[in-house]
Amino acid sequence: MRGRAVLTGEHFMHGDHACTEGAIAAGCRFFAGYPITPSTEIAERIAQRLPEVGGVFIQMEDEIASILAIIGASAAGARAMSATSGPGFSLMMENIGLAVMMEIPIVIVDVQRGSPSTGLPTLPGQADVMQARWGSHGDYAIAAYAPWSPQEMFDLTVLAFNVADRFRIPVMVMSDEVVGHMVERVVIPPEEQIPRWERKRPTVPPENGFRPFLAEDDDLVPPLVHAGEGYRVHFTGLTHDERGYPDMSAETHHRLVTRLVEKVRRNADAMVRYEGYGLEDARIVVISYGCTARSARRAVAQARAAGIPAGLLRLISLWPFPEKPLRDLARQAEAFIVAEMNLGQMICEVERYVAQPVIGVNHAGGAMIPPAPILETIEEVANRGAHIGRRKASTG
Amino acid sequence: MRREIRIAGFGGQGVVLAGYILGKAFALYEGLEAVMTQSYGPEARGGASSSNVVISDEPIDYPFVLEPDVLIALSQEAYTRFRPTARADALLIIEEDLVTPLEGDRPLRVPATRLAEELGRRIVANIVTLGYFTAATGWLRRESVEKAIENTLPARVVPLNLNAFARGYEYALAGERVL
Amino acid sequence: MAHTLVAEKHPLDDLIRTDRMPHIWCPGCGIGIVMRCYAQAILESGIPVEQHVIVSGIGCAARTPGYMNLDSYHTTHGRPIPFATGLKLVKPELMVTVFSGDGDLAAIGGNHLIHAARRNVDIKVICINNFNYGMTGGQVGPTTPLGAKTTTTPYGNPEYPFNLPYLLAAAGAVFVSRWTAIHARQVKEDILYTFHKPGFTFIEVLAPCPVGFGKSNNLDEGVEEMWLYRRRCVPAGRVPEETPWEALQVDLREERPIVVGRFVDEDRPVYRPVRLEDKPSEHRG
Repeated sequence: MRGRAVLTGEHFMHGDHACTEGAIAAGCRFFAGYPITPSTEIAERIAQRLPEVGGVFIQMEDEIASILAIIGASAAGARAMSATSGPGFSLMMENIGLAVMMEIPIVIVDVQRGSPSTGLPTLPGQADVMQARWGSHGDYAIAAYAPWSPQEMFDLTVLAFNVADRFRIPVMVMSDEVVGHMVERVVIPPEEQIPRWERKRPTVPPENGFRPFLAEDDDLVPPLVHAGEGYRVHFTGLTHDERGYPDMSAETHHRLVTRLVEKVRRNADAMVRYEGYGLEDARIVVISYGCTARSARRAVAQARAAGIPAGLLRLISLWPFPEKPLRDLARQAEAFIVAEMNLGQMICEVERYVAQPVIGVNHAGGAMIPPAPILETIEEVANRGAHIGRRKASTG
Repeated sequence: MRREIRIAGFGGQGVVLAGYILGKAFALYEGLEAVMTQSYGPEARGGASSSNVVISDEPIDYPFVLEPDVLIALSQEAYTRFRPTARADALLIIEEDLVTPLEGDRPLRVPATRLAEELGRRIVANIVTLGYFTAATGWLRRESVEKAIENTLPARVVPLNLNAFARGYEYALAGERVL
Repeated sequence: MAHTLVAEKHPLDDLIRTDRMPHIWCPGCGIGIVMRCYAQAILESGIPVEQHVIVSGIGCAARTPGYMNLDSYHTTHGRPIPFATGLKLVKPELMVTVFSGDGDLAAIGGNHLIHAARRNVDIKVICINNFNYGMTGGQVGPTTPLGAKTTTTPYGNPEYPFNLPYLLAAAGAVFVSRWTAIHARQVKEDILYTFHKPGFTFIEVLAPCPVGFGKSNNLDEGVEEMWLYRRRCVPAGRVPEETPWEALQVDLREERPIVVGRFVDEDRPVYRPVRLEDKPSEHRG
């Protein structure tokens, strides 16, 4: 029995399931994972769905094995994914760097829960967002997206595969327990309307002299060779030259790592996603993402109804960080408020780009921040004008 | 218009499925926004469990039920635990053979388990309750819930569940329409 | 120099990345011999070179893929087996060999080793066992004998080592053998054999590490250890009837036999991902 890959139509769908359907619609045909709340429903559904479409599901012995298996699967040509939560995400960190260094595309979904350590397995958190950016050792760059609805669990998983393949980088879908476990309407488009960005592949036949890590194009992305194609390519986590050969020189290292980071910077426009509400006239700009942005939108709507010129910048891509819209807003805004379910992570990024006061609305996790504390902060900022404090910790 | 519905009972009564079908009916066949949430984990497995549906005619920002406008309680423990979370004037629907209401409450009563047993399967008491809810509130069309049942459950159990839905619906119609 | 013999071509030229020579291995090291055996087995395998893939982790043995002119993946420490698993499941037509060391495979990667054997995933593992971490300068490893000195056991190793063939047999490998660096012919034959043996196979090759394990344990010259292998290796009788598993424990420092040979060679269904087009009877539980 073969199943449909793209479940075109309207669904009332669980966020984790929408992520699964996004993956399969995007052409994911390999999943390796390990059960962990609150991402387990992704593994359960994809274990059922992949065999229907000729894909491979394997439950590995841990999350380290899971990420290695998807890197290996991707090296052989498959679109491959794993899904996890904080503790498993931590176990994957070392090999994020391997995927970066080998330039093998992978997608990792982190349905964030209360943390650190075992934390709150069944309750939400947003405290892995800096880990997504910086968790592996060394300098590198990746892309990460924060869905705020089951619909975006679908859409952003598709985007994650496209960005990963197009730029040969690991891409994270940084969901959270609220969005992962929420059931809401999800519209899945017809198969031909699912966007597909292909991997750049070699255009010359295998021959002596082919340099698999030579990036000749302006996008700094070299063509990707899959196992078994006759190119006999060497992939290593060691610093390597354009041939893929280990080279322990400072020059080669600087050249390689700079290209890997610059590759993401230079192509950031293709990866960055954000959305604005009421930003046209906003003097107080709320910045939020994931489930917290739902409350932020409500708070902004309530503030505007009360005559306060507030607006919301919703970060859809956390990484690359949408710095351009933020720089633009810095010309009109008097203050920024960053609402996030951690004790202040993305706020650090906001502070890098604006000179205005930046106020955090924070909660360590376990419950979604409701609209009220965000609205109260907006009102407080509005009432105190320019004399507001630099930072205020407020809980939901 | 934002309305919050909490369906609560003990494990095995199918409160999550009932919430899912109700939310789906609103979201896909009534043109409204709907979100369903539930409790997770070992703590949520024993004792009283609940599923929660928020409906609205505009996008739903905050997805959780804070103060239910409707509480459907299929067990005493669920009633006792969740009654205080609901509005004082909330619409209360109880499984009348399993729940003794608090003094002062004037809930609607449906013998959902008994009606389900008459159909041969007590497991469909949740769907009987949905039928009752649909008729008693008039918040959505009968066909919307029926479509949600048909598009959710395996084909072989659809007839039984449609019967269960009809049974609850008619039971409510036979009584007094309250809203 | 009238008598110098220079060969224009070597049969293995195509399989070696000659532009990567000289290699990093120390004089007296046994890894190169095993690499030579692997290359020879590929040559004789009848399987097109393009279909051979070599995967490794970190360590001296794990540098081998860098020298083999194949599709080669030099992954992170301990992780070649799950990488190889993913790769093999996507392209089952490829012959995927994991070539790594005892520390990489049995310590940091030990969990992957036993689980891959349990699954019977179709990958070929060649494990160079030199009783220590060579690349980092001779620290204690999972195969270091009790009492042996290393740079991190200066007073002698207080831990018992793994008996790798016993471990792999218990975990479910369908083929387990052990040889030493002096058994070039047998190593090559076994690699060739496992290319045609479906399932998870494991070949352990004991190899000298004169500057690591050797220098602390009176085996400073690789050739001394090769002589020791020649003197003390005995072929296994039937395992476990004639040769109990316990007899496979190795301690180079004691005058006791080193049992070599094929210990396990059995057939068990190979791991395959679930395919819905399969008949139900073909599914494995």
